[in-house]
Amino acid sequence: MNNTALKELILKMADDALIIGHRNSEWTGIGPVLEEDIAFSSMSQDKIGHAWALYNILNEHFGEKDADTTAFNREEKLFTCCHLVEYPIGEYDFSLVRHFLMDKAEYHRYDMLTNSSFMPLQNLAKKVKGEIKYHVMHAETWIEKLANGNEESKARVQSALNYAYPLALSLFEKGTDEVALISDNIFAGEEALQKAWEADIKTCVEKYGLKMPENIDATKFMGGRKGFHTEFLAPLLKEMQEVFAIDPSAEW
Amino acid sequence: MIETNNISLERIWELLEEVKDPEIPVLSLVELGVITNVAFVENKVVVKMTPTFTGCPALDFMQKQIKVKVEKHTGLETQVIIDKETLWSSDKISDIGKEKLKNFGIAPPLKKACGISMESFKYTPCPFCNSANTTLRSTFGSTLCRAQHYCNDCKQSFEQFKPL
Repeated sequence: MNNTALKELILKMADDALIIGHRNSEWTGIGPVLEEDIAFSSMSQDKIGHAWALYNILNEHFGEKDADTTAFNREEKLFTCCHLVEYPIGEYDFSLVRHFLMDKAEYHRYDMLTNSSFMPLQNLAKKVKGEIKYHVMHAETWIEKLANGNEESKARVQSALNYAYPLALSLFEKGTDEVALISDNIFAGEEALQKAWEADIKTCVEKYGLKMPENIDATKFMGGRKGFHTEFLAPLLKEMQEVFAIDPSAEW
Repeated sequence: MIETNNISLERIWELLEEVKDPEIPVLSLVELGVITNVAFVENKVVVKMTPTFTGCPALDFMQKQIKVKVEKHTGLETQVIIDKETLWSSDKISDIGKEKLKNFGIAPPLKKACGISMESFKYTPCPFCNSANTTLRSTFGSTLCRAQHYCNDCKQSFEQFKPL
């Protein structure tokens, strides 16, 4: 088994979950309606739980540092999250569409991982898949509602989709050794994942009467997996790690 | 009967019945279905448990409660291990547990075999008046494991333990 490729996969999944979890927790207290405030807060809590479980796998099976240290005491360059999760929450339309695109991808990723030859990941995937299903149901319900709302809501969802779609392709930036992951039956690879995701998104988008974005160029959104981030990540980390940094040895 | 220091495994299970879910204080951890194994290992009690939702913030607290409870009543050193191989599912909540949830005002989860979709949530019976004329308000609620509904007959908001 190729440990480097496997560790890379687990770390990027954990970092995506942690950063989107922290990002979306910014909706706590300011959601457009109370139910959405609660939904985004709950989904953030789920995501941070997923990140915690993944960091724990790295800690228990590969001797990496414990989850708290990995999350709160690591410099920007060592994070491997994708650009999609780094962007500020923006308006609710963007946050909703990002959540739709990302959780669809997460659902397919964990679904694929339920067959992983690496048992700790397979066990976790079986559990997390059921939780992500609720995230997907939530996203679909609201996108459908807004796409079939009035002219303004439909236009806003479409425009958010056009903006977020190329950005979402950063989720599928390949790792350094996809071939190893595939041949070891750890994970079927980013290309297969992207294909499943695209087909699913297309079906939904057409069902809701929206249009698939065209002329997509995602080149400038790549690099996150190698530690090259947007200008939005550093301030997020500074805030997220602020308390830990005051006293890294404190017991909670 | 397996026992250590005259304490049986049955006694340990009885003690675990007294440890409640901190978010649903009428429900014991045994009824919740999170205890996956109890054993004596070299004069120690080893309890295995599996979390409900991955991000459940009550997990640490439950582990501590088990340890304190068992050690206090048996005098045996107790270890609580997270079981990652046995997956929890809402189907593991016992029938008595489901009855207690309902009496506490939380609609119990439907069997997973009923499917998990927006459609399957639609007719969640109201725990107060049993009416099926209810509306799903949100699949997220006051804790990770609960959804919010509204009963159109008795005009009450109520929560449901989500099937997982």
